[in-house]
Amino acid sequence: MAKTVNLKIDGIDVSVEQGTTVLDAAKKLNIHIPTLCYHEDLCVAGNCRVCVVEQEGAKNLVASCAMPASEGMIIHTNTHKVRNARRHVVELLLSEHNADCTKCYKNTKCELQNLASEMVITEPMFIDLVPFKEYKIDKQSPSIIKDDSKCIRCQRCVRTCHELQHVSALGVAYKGDHMKISTFFENPMYDVVCTNCGQCVNRCPTGALIEKNYIDQVWDAIYDPNKHVIVQTAPATRIALGEDLGMEPGSIVTGKMAASLRRLGFDSVLDTDFTADLTIMEEGTELLTRLKKALVDKDQSIKLPMFTSCSPGWIKFIEHLYPEYLDNLSTCKSPQQMFGALAKTYYAQKKGIDPATIVSVSIMPCTAKKFEAARPEMRDSGFQDVDLGITTRELAVMIKQAGIEFESLSDEKFDSIMGESTGAAVIFGATGGVMEAALRTAYELVTGREVPFKNLNITAVRGMEGVREASVKLENVLPAWSFLEGVELKTAVAHGLTNAHQIMEAIKKGEANYHFVEVMGCPGGCIGGGGQPIPTTPEIRRKRAEAIYREDEGMKIRKSHENPEVIQIYKEFLGEPLGHKSHELLHTHYHPRKRV
Amino acid sequence: MPDKRLKRVDLIFSEDCIYKDVLTKALNKSKEDIIKEILDSGLRGRGGAGFPTGMKWKFTSEQTESEKYVVCNADEGEPGTFKDREILTRVPHKVFGGMAVCGKAIGAKHGYVYLRGEYRFLKADIEKALDQFHKTLKEIGSDFQIHLLMGAGAYICGEESALFESMEGHRGEPRNKPPYPTIAGFRKKPTVINNVETLVYAFMICNIGSKKFHDLGTADSRGSKVFSVSGDTPIPGIYELELGMSLETFVEEFGDGDTKAVQVGGASGFCVPRKKFKDTIIGFEGVPTGGSMMLFNSSRSMYNVLKNYVEFFEEESCGQCTPCRVGCQQLKKGIEAVKKGEKSAAYLDSLQKLADTMKITAKCGLGQSVANSFSSIVDNFKEEMIY
Amino acid sequence: MPEIKELVKQLADKHGRNRESLLPILQGIISEERYISDFAMTEVARELDMSAALVYGTATFYSFLDTEPRGKYVIRLCRTITCDMKGKKQILRTIEDLLKIEIGETTKDKKFTLLETNCLGWCHKGPAMLINDDAYTELTPEKVSEIIGDYMKNR
Repeated sequence: MAKTVNLKIDGIDVSVEQGTTVLDAAKKLNIHIPTLCYHEDLCVAGNCRVCVVEQEGAKNLVASCAMPASEGMIIHTNTHKVRNARRHVVELLLSEHNADCTKCYKNTKCELQNLASEMVITEPMFIDLVPFKEYKIDKQSPSIIKDDSKCIRCQRCVRTCHELQHVSALGVAYKGDHMKISTFFENPMYDVVCTNCGQCVNRCPTGALIEKNYIDQVWDAIYDPNKHVIVQTAPATRIALGEDLGMEPGSIVTGKMAASLRRLGFDSVLDTDFTADLTIMEEGTELLTRLKKALVDKDQSIKLPMFTSCSPGWIKFIEHLYPEYLDNLSTCKSPQQMFGALAKTYYAQKKGIDPATIVSVSIMPCTAKKFEAARPEMRDSGFQDVDLGITTRELAVMIKQAGIEFESLSDEKFDSIMGESTGAAVIFGATGGVMEAALRTAYELVTGREVPFKNLNITAVRGMEGVREASVKLENVLPAWSFLEGVELKTAVAHGLTNAHQIMEAIKKGEANYHFVEVMGCPGGCIGGGGQPIPTTPEIRRKRAEAIYREDEGMKIRKSHENPEVIQIYKEFLGEPLGHKSHELLHTHYHPRKRV
Repeated sequence: MPDKRLKRVDLIFSEDCIYKDVLTKALNKSKEDIIKEILDSGLRGRGGAGFPTGMKWKFTSEQTESEKYVVCNADEGEPGTFKDREILTRVPHKVFGGMAVCGKAIGAKHGYVYLRGEYRFLKADIEKALDQFHKTLKEIGSDFQIHLLMGAGAYICGEESALFESMEGHRGEPRNKPPYPTIAGFRKKPTVINNVETLVYAFMICNIGSKKFHDLGTADSRGSKVFSVSGDTPIPGIYELELGMSLETFVEEFGDGDTKAVQVGGASGFCVPRKKFKDTIIGFEGVPTGGSMMLFNSSRSMYNVLKNYVEFFEEESCGQCTPCRVGCQQLKKGIEAVKKGEKSAAYLDSLQKLADTMKITAKCGLGQSVANSFSSIVDNFKEEMIY
Repeated sequence: MPEIKELVKQLADKHGRNRESLLPILQGIISEERYISDFAMTEVARELDMSAALVYGTATFYSFLDTEPRGKYVIRLCRTITCDMKGKKQILRTIEDLLKIEIGETTKDKKFTLLETNCLGWCHKGPAMLINDDAYTELTPEKVSEIIGDYMKNR
């Protein structure tokens, strides 16, 4: 048992575990201490100084986020001295900050603005330093805009990029009044090792790091009578969108989302989950094919383990940092891009729409999907496959703009075709989901039996542990797969690029021999994506994941290969998994990028 | 108030002892005896903050981790201070001796000297002295090892936790405290970090005994200290003086007859005007100093002096915490605006309040002290700030 | 460029390939090159298997780890008040006239760069300056002309 310590905060006694910070001890008493640099996902920085409190007997104020509670400590969180100090700190931050709030994308969603508002700051106390700074705005990336004039140097982004993602595209540069958050040599984000994952965007308290939004372009397309606007929605958006529209984390809003998209004016309201199921068919077949070539044909050119390729942050990570493993990536495009390629071919043909008039929009929990949509590799339909990728947050903005009262919407269904999906598809949104979906299908394909787990729930690959391993023994296989008889299929799951790094290093050193590895670029998988509602915290990720698995359990069909629309598309259009047409439209290759 | 006469002493530079014998004697003591000697002497850190040296050693010796370090802070960057350079030039072996004794006391096998980049010209000589020192140690039978690391031009690295960050290859940004270095210092291991001068005193105390040191100075400020005297003085330089004298006594000795203010403790220290010389004791009971004493005569503009200091801090703040990074910019812009008449004189009062906030909210000791010079100069020379 | 690559490799061999060797390696590059180019930083990042942005962030923190091209001789004139009181401005003017450059600039022949710096620790012997690692103190216009003149002629 951990030792407990007793302290007094604002006159109230509280006992906490040793090592608990004063901030957390105060939380226990429902005493709210303002913070800016603090974030639950990150190590403590203690640099903004907004959370200072008074400790009896101490000459100076202490930062409650960084100060461990100790026995007999007496803390005051709301004295004259504390309030004055916090006010000064916020005033100082404002003096360095381009407080052009009405023209800011984060207006009303900015933590600095909230604090200023709480403190009723009307007249600036200090000299405006902004005119003396040479702040830069970097808008070159298709995913992320970095505006230094809004930055308060809390370093949440730097810690995110380093601790959670092991990328460190962003660092702190210079010192003193020149100190700034910077990429390598202040190059544009577009031109550095940035994976576009948007985890920094999700944690930035101000408008210094935001997604590049395509809201107006989507509206323009919707209002253009000559365009047929197709929208697809990713698995993880339906369990998070509600948070930005007044609902609790963990609310499932699939039906309301479909209804709202129709009201916004999209011509076809379809589902990325459909191509998630399709991905399982292609990727599962690819895995089995690779296993055959490696195990039976002894083909040395076949690379194992095979890595999943759904997460564009992960793809760019491997392009930059592990290019020697590019051949281990599944050649499958991500569900977004499979959808894009089919929307302007299969869907257009079936519906008799001129593909040139289609505007293909995706709603994603992700900022990297914007970059992915713009990749030159993604034009196999003869057009740019996906025209505009927007985040869960941007969709919420559009819904508000349209005056839709989201919570009161009745559930509606996706359009058909390319709107049908299974429980296996929706769990793509959580870490381990692709693996679970793939196993449900591959196991059955090989053995003719369902996976041997209760209710098809493969709990070993679920959860929030950074790296998880699971193996499934293949026995009594069907004759066509006899080479797999007795094979123990070894798999691993990692989420967040720091964990991906860990798994890659293990593979590099020969310490791990997996057959199949699922990697999601963001902590928690897509439910914790960079484009998801802010805040995203461990607790919120947990609730979103629970919702995803609830959604899966509630689906009529829970295995990708049983999706009737998937069966239909193979029959009418694609032929077979990994067939000629699939290769043409659904598969791709990636290329090495420089390391900096 | 006790007012010591000005007394020059020479504990540090004199060579009237046989070095190897002193070192042998010191290293043959038990760790308890060493710590007791240092505690009894009343020696407090000579870098400016004045933490009792014996306590630091004691806390670190009590840590059970096997890996511990001694670090010599030779990142002397405080404007007006140059004593550590002099000590390292003239008696480097005594600094190393202090480190070895500390290593013995706390159970550390490795020591590090972190030398500021501005003193790179000393590097070759120090390395030579280190070779000689390691030879002597070997003869005595000690395997303590000292390594030399170079700074690269960053004032803030003089802050102990920033110095560890720098030693570990990072930006020199101060850490949150606790934990203190005695528990988690260099490489997050228990570490004693002492100023160059402190280590020499510790070494000499092992030779002369705690009593002789303790007999010097006052109750709060035992012993003597090396002063760096500069500015408007006919005799600038390094002086080792008994602690406890008043600033008046000091100015009588070092002033040019027209001294209007003395900046005690460098840019992060306090400015004392002529009228307060008599009542100001130089020491921990009065104005503490790491050794920097800058004298200004009546021809000097205190506005220029202050502006020079705040410019220094604006640039040398590590930049991570809000009060120090932005506060310094505001103090500088603020006094400029008042001088130019763009802000009224009353704005100085707002800035004084800001300075008070900076002192109690900044993340590190240096950040907490950057506004000292502002407060004391504006307090005492307000008119010079305005007209 | 191949020389820089080789230099970084040698420095990494000497100091080791971990984060603690970063500063010594960067200082080693400065000793040879007077500044750390983006290419050199990329090489350091590669050798130490760390992010280039972090190398950049660390280098730019330290005043002596220049990240833009410098002359063969970098003059750093102390700007602290005590040097100022002893005539630093005159020294600065003298150097500027002599080299025909201002603070922050490098001579056309890439021989000299003139910079100001914070306290050099020679307050009792101001004005003071460093030329590369060497300190020059108690400067007068005549003395500094002589010193710079010597560098111009003989080095």
